[in-house]
Amino acid sequence: MRDFDYAAPTTLADAVMLLSRGNGAARPLAGGTDLIDHVRTGRLAPDTVVDIKKIAELNVLEASPQGLRLGAAVPCYRVYGHAAIVADYSALADSGHIIGGVQIQTRASFGGNVCNSGPAADSTPSLIALGAVCVIAGPKGTREVPAEDFCTDPSKNVLQPGELLVEFRIPARAKNSGSHYRRFIPRNEMDIAVVSVAASVTLDDAKQKIIAARISLGAVAPKPLLATDAAAVLIGQVPTDDILAKAADAARKIATPITDMRGTAEYRTHLVGVLVTRVLQAAITRAKGEKLDYRPGH
Amino acid sequence: MSKKRVVSATINGNTTEFLCEPRQTLLEVLRNVLNMTGTKEGCTNGNCGSCTVLLNGRPVTSCLVLAVEADGASVRTIEGVACGSHLDPVQQCFLEGAALQCGICTPGFIMQTEALLEQNGHPTEADVRFHLAGNLCRCTGYDKIVRSVLAAAEFKRGEATT
Repeated sequence: MRDFDYAAPTTLADAVMLLSRGNGAARPLAGGTDLIDHVRTGRLAPDTVVDIKKIAELNVLEASPQGLRLGAAVPCYRVYGHAAIVADYSALADSGHIIGGVQIQTRASFGGNVCNSGPAADSTPSLIALGAVCVIAGPKGTREVPAEDFCTDPSKNVLQPGELLVEFRIPARAKNSGSHYRRFIPRNEMDIAVVSVAASVTLDDAKQKIIAARISLGAVAPKPLLATDAAAVLIGQVPTDDILAKAADAARKIATPITDMRGTAEYRTHLVGVLVTRVLQAAITRAKGEKLDYRPGH
Repeated sequence: MSKKRVVSATINGNTTEFLCEPRQTLLEVLRNVLNMTGTKEGCTNGNCGSCTVLLNGRPVTSCLVLAVEADGASVRTIEGVACGSHLDPVQQCFLEGAALQCGICTPGFIMQTEALLEQNGHPTEADVRFHLAGNLCRCTGYDKIVRSVLAAAEFKRGEATT
């Protein structure tokens, strides 16, 4: 592997300084499951690797009445092992369980998954559906970007040279709300999404009508999408099969998938409808406080 | 060349110091610096699980860990599984269940199984298959491995009650 220097700063300020000084040749290391492979294959050629796992802000994992704070370097296993996330931010646990295998989940972080900015990333749709905000630190200070605006193209995002994703802030779960993430793959596990969908749904006090919803689509555009029109169809409605089908139709309209070995554009567009319906049904089940019959990877 | 670093880690219970370059992976250091060749190199990109070791008790693919990251950590490898010539129940069950042919994937499967059985003493077949999804075997077709893992779980439960 290419030669590089290694630094493991313990403060955010030092990390930003190291990343800025490198003039683009310094790369942050969280779980390393993408970075180390990319350096080995020559896709990335950093002079310095900045290990960010010793910085407190990037390891924060805290659920409170104000919401959830999820540090960018927190590995997947801590996400799905966190009782409050499983209960209140279920889509995140769904995502964490199916990113790679168990070995990858020990190391890989949601922050790294989002910064890698793959269109089929398994964590990004869940963060978008749950209304996450990305907190970014850089040489000019701190700024916040909604999760749906973070990725811009395959492997591209809004981070400027010297900037570092610090944490996700997710609003507290509303009463009578639930969320789910699911992807379609032709196997049970260890694959890249052909299509993926995350949804978060809030019901009224009678648990009949939908009063708020966010739907996100993965692997059907150059970046994960927020399906605003599909969610708008649901507002004020009782989620009948007919209403869910209308939301699925609206979601299909914004999908602009490519054809590749995982599926044709037509197939992917069809799957968007199927998955939006199923994921909404699952999120509604959870919003009602009922147990969802779902095993990760199946 | 970047300066070599001194790394101190507890490997299979022994405090071990080694010198490594930042670019060296834990897998490279285990095999080439410490001569612990039980951990196997397969794909070197995290897909196959051959190089699985336990880092602070959790399974990782050691090809995707920098050796410098192991400073202060505890590492458990296949060399630390048997007690002298006395095989661990997982190893014994793999042997009796013919859960290996060429053997390259086996140390990774054993370590991944150790991690599973430490967490879950009563895994179902689906649990085993899900947990072992990050380990590839091109010889056995997996059934014998899965059956051997279930046998090891049963054996360990028996051990715990006697």
